[in-house]
Amino acid sequence: MFISSQRSAPSFRDFTLVMPAVAVGNVGQLAVDLIVSTLNMSRVGHIHTDCLIPMAGNNPYASCKEDGEELHTPAEVYAAAELKLAVLQIRAPILQSKTKKFRQLLVSWIKSSGFSRTVVLSSSHAYQRDDQQLQGTPLRYLVTPSLLKGSADALKELGWREMERVPAFPGLTDGNTEPRLCIPGGGITKGLYTDSCKEDLPLAVLLLFCSEGDNIPDAFALANHLNDWLHLLDDNVSDTTAQH
Amino acid sequence: MATFFGEVLSVYSRAVEEDDDELDENEEDEQIRRELEEKREVHLHWSPEVSESLKSGNKLQCSDFILAVGQNASSFLSVHILSTPNWDTIGRASVWNERSRAVMGQSCEESACVFYRHKDNPTVLICQVSCYVAEDQLFQWTEKVFDCLQHRELNVTVLSDTSVADYKTADYLGGSSAPFLRSLHTSAFGDQPVCQSLEQPNIVTGLAAAVLNHCQVHRIAAVVYQCYSDVIGPDSVTMETYKPVLTKLGRSIQLDPSPSTDALRKFVRTTDLQSNLYI
Repeated sequence: MFISSQRSAPSFRDFTLVMPAVAVGNVGQLAVDLIVSTLNMSRVGHIHTDCLIPMAGNNPYASCKEDGEELHTPAEVYAAAELKLAVLQIRAPILQSKTKKFRQLLVSWIKSSGFSRTVVLSSSHAYQRDDQQLQGTPLRYLVTPSLLKGSADALKELGWREMERVPAFPGLTDGNTEPRLCIPGGGITKGLYTDSCKEDLPLAVLLLFCSEGDNIPDAFALANHLNDWLHLLDDNVSDTTAQH
Repeated sequence: MATFFGEVLSVYSRAVEEDDDELDENEEDEQIRRELEEKREVHLHWSPEVSESLKSGNKLQCSDFILAVGQNASSFLSVHILSTPNWDTIGRASVWNERSRAVMGQSCEESACVFYRHKDNPTVLICQVSCYVAEDQLFQWTEKVFDCLQHRELNVTVLSDTSVADYKTADYLGGSSAPFLRSLHTSAFGDQPVCQSLEQPNIVTGLAAAVLNHCQVHRIAAVVYQCYSDVIGPDSVTMETYKPVLTKLGRSIQLDPSPSTDALRKFVRTTDLQSNLYI
């Protein structure tokens, strides 16, 4: 559950929540790190749960020696009140036996906090794309019906590509099988999306097809893609490390 | 993942494939799953006096809680602190998982996780954990133990063994640098750690991390001293690496700063018969 690290609990009413899915290449998590460090967001609390594998480390966003020794936990919430933005960072894998419980925890926290919309940054195995998906942009999106109501125009203007439904058994010409949503390597992305549809939550998924490796450029691509929509920064972030 | 030289490496991905929830679990599966979950539960067994006190709603008064995770950390406490006759055994925790097996000569259950309390200063508690606590049991162990302790002005010190193979650094670690100590502490910890802080990108995992997480969110002063060693198993040099911590622990408890070689020898086995892979 959410435990505030300040004296009083912060208010997230009408904030946008950005969160990662622990997925292939850890792209969502890297993109969230980019957002937190670029916008210099401050930590406002922790999600303390038995669903994540425990880990602890010193401040990964330390800019000087003074704030280097701040302890960080597997799931933390950062906020930038002026942007009405909250970010959840997840640093550890979800225990396999607890994925459903973790999704329920997230859905109920999102509901009780009153976020106006949630954006899940995720990724999917590039090697499992079908012929159609091999062409064009590797970025995809999904929105729940609740979010589509308010954002249909914005999404249309951006010209984004919706995540395709794929046949359950490719190659079989059995007409009975409906194409369905499949996000291989996406962790809890699909489950969280379907749960949000059921609960009528305004939620969007932004994902990228990628493979394990140096996923820093993928993180930049995903973060800039998000920025095109939410306009968190005036200019998109550039990947200076790509010059090496 | 493909490399520049055309070879294909199978890379371990941390992305977990989500279980297909559409598959209905039949009753038998659900029962098996429930029984397995029950078997993996952490149970605390306190002495009658402590049980009575907890049952009547009084938590254990505790000013210092010292936790040793791993064989060398546990042996260090046994040799330097628990060797004096001022300690009562007040409880143990039973933890069953896939790695539980009877250690030669003693039942794993009995000695794997024991709680001691100082006779003269009963607010000082020590716990030695030498068994493996699985990932899904770490949070439970921590919550159950800390639920029994009062939190006000509590100071937690954790000594934790780990392998130097897990230590990541850009500089080459010479052969003579291990074993060495690194520390991590919560925001509420106001004292000075006895060693360098754990550098990026290293992290702490396991029971030490679970305790740190709990203490951080509940604003309890806690410090973890992680000992990176290149020796698997009990080793006197690794044990001695924890010595600087004695200066902090010695403030609240009487300790033996220079134990005899016999005392050390008792805790250090030379070669384990089962592990004759490297003689």
